[in-house]
This record gives sequence, structure tokens and C-alpha cells, in this order.
Amino acid sequence: MTALARAEAAEAARRDGPPRRRRGVRPGRVILPVYSWLVIAYLVFPIAVMIVYSFNRVTRGLQQVSFAWNGFTLQWYRQWNAVPGLTSSFWLTIRLAIAATVVATVLGTLLALALVRYRPPRFRGKTLVEQVLFLNIAAPEIVMGASLLGLFVTINLARGFLTLLLSHVAFSIAYVAVTVRARMAGFDRSLEEAAADLGANAWVTFRKITLPLIMPGILAGALMAFALSVDDFVTSNFVSGSAVPFPVWVYGATRVGIPPQVFVFGSAIFMVGICCALASIVVSRRQP
Amino acid sequence: MTETHTARAAAAGEAGPDAALPAIELAGVAKEFHSGGEVVTAVRDMDLAIREGEFFSLLGPSGCGKTTTMRMIAGFEEPTRGLIRLHGRDVTGTPPNKRDVNMVFQSYALFPHMTVFENVAFGLRRRQVPRNEITRRVGEMLEIVDLSGRERRRPRELSGGQQQRVALARALVNRPRALLLDEPLGALDLKLRQAMQVELKRIQREVGITFVYVTHDQGEALTMSDRIAVMNDGVIEQLGLPREIYEHPATRFVAGFIGTSNLLTGTVTRLAGELAVIEVSEAEQILVPVRGLRVGPGSPLELTVRPEKIDLATRRPADGACALRGTVTEVVYLGTSTSFAVTTTTGAEMVVFRQNSALAGDLAGRGDEVWLSWQPQHSYPIG
Ligand SMILES: Nc1ncnc2c1ncn2[C@@H]1O[C@H](COP(=O)(O)OP(=O)(O)O)[C@@H](O)[C@H]1O
Ligand SMILES: [Mg+2]
Repeated sequence: MTALARAEAAEAARRDGPPRRRRGVRPGRVILPVYSWLVIAYLVFPIAVMIVYSFNRVTRGLQQVSFAWNGFTLQWYRQWNAVPGLTSSFWLTIRLAIAATVVATVLGTLLALALVRYRPPRFRGKTLVEQVLFLNIAAPEIVMGASLLGLFVTINLARGFLTLLLSHVAFSIAYVAVTVRARMAGFDRSLEEAAADLGANAWVTFRKITLPLIMPGILAGALMAFALSVDDFVTSNFVSGSAVPFPVWVYGATRVGIPPQVFVFGSAIFMVGICCALASIVVSRRQP
Repeated sequence: MTETHTARAAAAGEAGPDAALPAIELAGVAKEFHSGGEVVTAVRDMDLAIREGEFFSLLGPSGCGKTTTMRMIAGFEEPTRGLIRLHGRDVTGTPPNKRDVNMVFQSYALFPHMTVFENVAFGLRRRQVPRNEITRRVGEMLEIVDLSGRERRRPRELSGGQQQRVALARALVNRPRALLLDEPLGALDLKLRQAMQVELKRIQREVGITFVYVTHDQGEALTMSDRIAVMNDGVIEQLGLPREIYEHPATRFVAGFIGTSNLLTGTVTRLAGELAVIEVSEAEQILVPVRGLRVGPGSPLELTVRPEKIDLATRRPADGACALRGTVTEVVYLGTSTSFAVTTTTGAEMVVFRQNSALAGDLAGRGDEVWLSWQPQHSYPIG
């Protein structure tokens, strides 16, 4: 036993290695943070403007967003529910995004598993599926939207929540599949064999081993699907019909003037986004 | 039935009701892989019976089919032909989760998202073992592999040797009828590997489970095993005790693969009782015990001699021994021994190991003329 202990101590010592050399401050160490912060500022500035103007008072005329500072108010947050079509379109967008995310994540994950696991003799048409996924991501959305509208009109499907859901799932699956697949690239199949060897059947192996290990990839894919859905204007504008999601409603409102509540919803969505981003950091830190 | 059963068990010198039934039996097992229109035969018509409770090694070079054999026993691959029986039961078509054997993977395959405890408890939980019994058995097993107190760690927080022992505990805690280990020490460095060899052997004695051990390291197989099967290119070349395999290699391949071996070829000139005589010159001759080989004057014969069995002297040895004359071409100091490379007058390249001792001094140097000699029983004909 002492021989074992000694050998292990030696191994541990080797792994730790010699202490790191300390260096003085060099210009290269300044450029990177400055550059990073500039990029962050560039990306965040428009959002900051929106958040700031969601607190702007309206002094004259219609209740519309204006970019002259009239003083601070919480009025729009208090009256967030005051614009009739806006609130319902917002909730529609949230319901739609949740439904689309669930469906797209399940289908996309299964697709990713199939693409990682099986090759041609077993999985004919694998290359075709890969090409279609790529096309789906690369194709201009306007083409997708127009053709989906064409399809729904042809098969005589009334435009509304269902057509929106079908369309959002259609453009999210590929993103989920690609994200999950990337996460699975280094997946060690012997883990699943080990589980089977220890008495787990296929379903238990999937639930206890495969799923927890690819969960970060699935969550990343789900976040992507959610963001794509909340954010989608082009396709939704084609297939929405009487069910108007938030982006389509806002676009319609720009022609007559944007109510300040739009900025309130915008800020709220951004905050939720921040929370999701933080959650994803936490999740990815926790997993190897 | 019972009578023959016990009689056979007694003959095998083993105890237990199942001792006569092999723990693992392969009958005419072959495995072919089809990759890109090409057929790769990994295992050809293998017959093998591994006894209950023994430490059995499959030894062979990389690519000879060891892992494939193991995977067929575990149930990850189905044989193309032949039968596998575990304790007499044909397991063709039985999935891995329904076979009473467990495997230790070369990569360990520890579940990274589970703690050491959860890893080891995985198999017991699948079998609905009561909670308190799981805690007790996992605790006991971690004690055996010397990992008590590490229950809450994740695999990546452990050293290579510790991970190895978690993998071992995870398999052993299920009390399988046999444990399959696929080059389990391959990823460890030399010191740790040697320490783990001793540990593994101790654990095997302690739990008394049949171990099937795959390795390409002949030293490892020789030190640990009760019996060894030497594999080459999908076939078992020789099966026997470590000592038999080492001292009496049955084939050219085994002779070359296990340790250093001197290979000599000659023609039998005459038979002297149980010995065949290969005469090189009047003074030089090689004697080989024929051991039932059918040879007569004129038949070609191939034989091996282990380097440490050969004596090195400047004078002609006494009669009755095998003797060859040659020139030392290389001397390598190895610490406890010295290795001499000698080119004999017959043209054969021979290697000789001699123990270093203060008394003997330097036996010979490069370019010296020497006599090599050994006892006839140390030359082995190759069939
Ligand atoms: N899944 C497989 N598909 C095709 N060929 C394989 C497969 N598994 C093993 N082989 C081939 O079978 C032979 C034996 O492999 P293996 O059993 O892994 O050898 P070892 O474990 O002794 O190194 C090798 O030639 C290998 O290339
Ligand atoms: Mg192998």
C-alpha cells in the first residue's frame, strides 16, 4: 500500500508542475481589455438608449416615444398594460416562444443524436439531412417566410397561432441540432456502454447518462430557439394573420408612432435575456 | 450427475459447486467486421474455457483481437459464429445489461457528472438494492480499493490511479460472476502501474471473483496471472501457466513475443535416447529433448533458449551440454545483469544474460571469442 501511496504522490506532484513566472505590465495587456470594452459599449449602447427613454416623460400631444429628454417618470412602467393590442401581442410572443422552443428542442436534439450516432448503411440520407440543415440556416428568411405563406395558403390552413408555431419550429430546429451536435462531438460512447454493463437498459442509460451530459448543449440550443422566436419579424409577418406577435405589432405601430410602453416591454425582454445569459454561464461553468 | 460433477471438481483441485463448470466458455467463436466493403476478421474460431475464480490473462500485441473477445463476452458485440456460455448458459443475444459479468474499461468510463459514490452505486441502484444496503456495500468496496473518504469527489478531481480504482470498485460492487478488465493499467505511469498490479492481485484474492485481464504487456501478464492465453491475429497461440508460456513457448510467435528469446534452426543429425542432436561441428552441438515430436535424422528443427539459461565461458564446457562458439558483438550493462550479444560460428545471433556479481568480474568484452553453453532441458523445440 505504501508503494501505491508513494507512486500516487509522485504523480500528483508531476501534475502540479513548477510555479508560474511573473511578468511586468506590457502594452498587449492593455489593448485587449480596452478593445473588449469598446466592443461591449458599441453593442450595448442602443439598448441603453432604449432603457433610458423608457423612463422619459411625454409632455405634449399623443403618448409617443420622443427622443427629447423631458424628465424622469415611472408612468410607463405603472401603465404598462394601457395599450390594448400591445400587451396581448407580447403574451402571444411569449407563449409562442415557449411552445416553439419546446418542440424545436426535442426535435432538434433527436436529430443531433441521430446525426452523431449513425452513418449511411444504417442512416441513409444522412448527407441530405445535413445539407438541408445548412440550407435552412443559410436561406434568406424572406424566402422562408414567403414560401411558408404560400404553403399555408395552398393547403388552406388558417393563419394564426398554429401557423406561427409551425414556422418558428421550422427555423429553430436546425440551430438546436447544430448546437447539440457540437456539444456531442466529444461524447464518449463507452460511458453508455458502461451504464449498460452495469445493468441499465437503453432508456435508463439515456436518462441517467446521455441526457445529463448533453444537457448544456440542449439548454444552449433551447436558448437559441427561444431568442430566435421572440425576435422573429420577417417570417411572423408573413404567417401571423390575426394573431400578431410583439415584433409585428411594434413594426405596425411605427407608422403611427410608438407608445412608450414598447420600450418598457423591450427593456423587460432584455432583462430576461441577461438572466438567461447569466444562467447559461452558470450552467456551462458547472459542467466539464 | 452429482458424482461426475464432484469428481471433476476434485480432479481440477478446486472447491465450490460450480467449479467444474467454466466461468466463461467460448466455443468456435469468430468475429468479422465489415468496414467499407472489406471484411476484417478480428477473432477466428476461438475455443476457450476460463475457470471459476482464476486470474486469466489474454495477452497479445495491439490489434490481435483482445478487446473484441472481451466485448463479445460482455455483450457489446455478437459473435459472427460460435457460442459463448457464462456458467454454462448460452448468452447469444443477451444484452450487456442482462449478463452477469462486469467490465472495467480502458478509459475507465467513469460518469463525469456523478460523484464517486454515485458512480459505484450505479449498478446496485439499477437492481433496486435497498438504500441502506447500497450505502453499506459501496462503503465496503471503497474501503477495499482504498478510497474511503473520497465519496463526494467527482472523477476529474481524482488522480489517474484513483480513477482506475473507482472503475474497479464500480464493477466489483455488483459481485459479478466474472470481471473483465481491458488494459486497465495502460494509462498509468510505470511506478503506479507496478503498484496497481500488486493491488489488483490482492483485490482479486480478497473478492475471489474470476478476472479476465487483457494486456499487451507480457511482464504484467506473467506476474499477475494464474493462466495466460497468448493471442496473435485473432487466434490463441498458446494457453498455459505463466511459467510454461515463458520457459516453453509453443510457437515461434510466443517465443518472440514473451521476453527475449534465442531462436535456432538446424537439422537433426541423430537421435540419442530422448534427445535429438543437431551437430554444428565436432565440438559444437545442440541437444533438444524431443518431447514426443516426430523427428528423425535429416528433419529440420527450430528451437528456443532463454537468454538467462545460457552460460558464457572462455573455455570449452564439459561434455553433455549444448555448446556453441561465437564472438561477442555487444555488451550492455543492465544493473543487476549484463546482456551479451554473440554471433555464433553457425551465424546465429544469440543474446545471453548473466547476473552481475563482484566475484565474477567482467566475463567478456567486445570482440572476445567465447563459448555459449546450456543444459539440454533448457532448449525447447517449437512445433
Ligand atoms: N468496430 C470495428 N469495426 C471494424 N474493425 C474493427 C472494429 N473493432 C475492431 N476492429 C478490428 O479488429 C481487429 C482487432 O481489434 P481489437 O480487438 O481492438 O484488438 P486489440 O484489443 O487486441 O488491440 C483490429 O484489426 C481492428 O482494426
Ligand atoms: Mg484493445
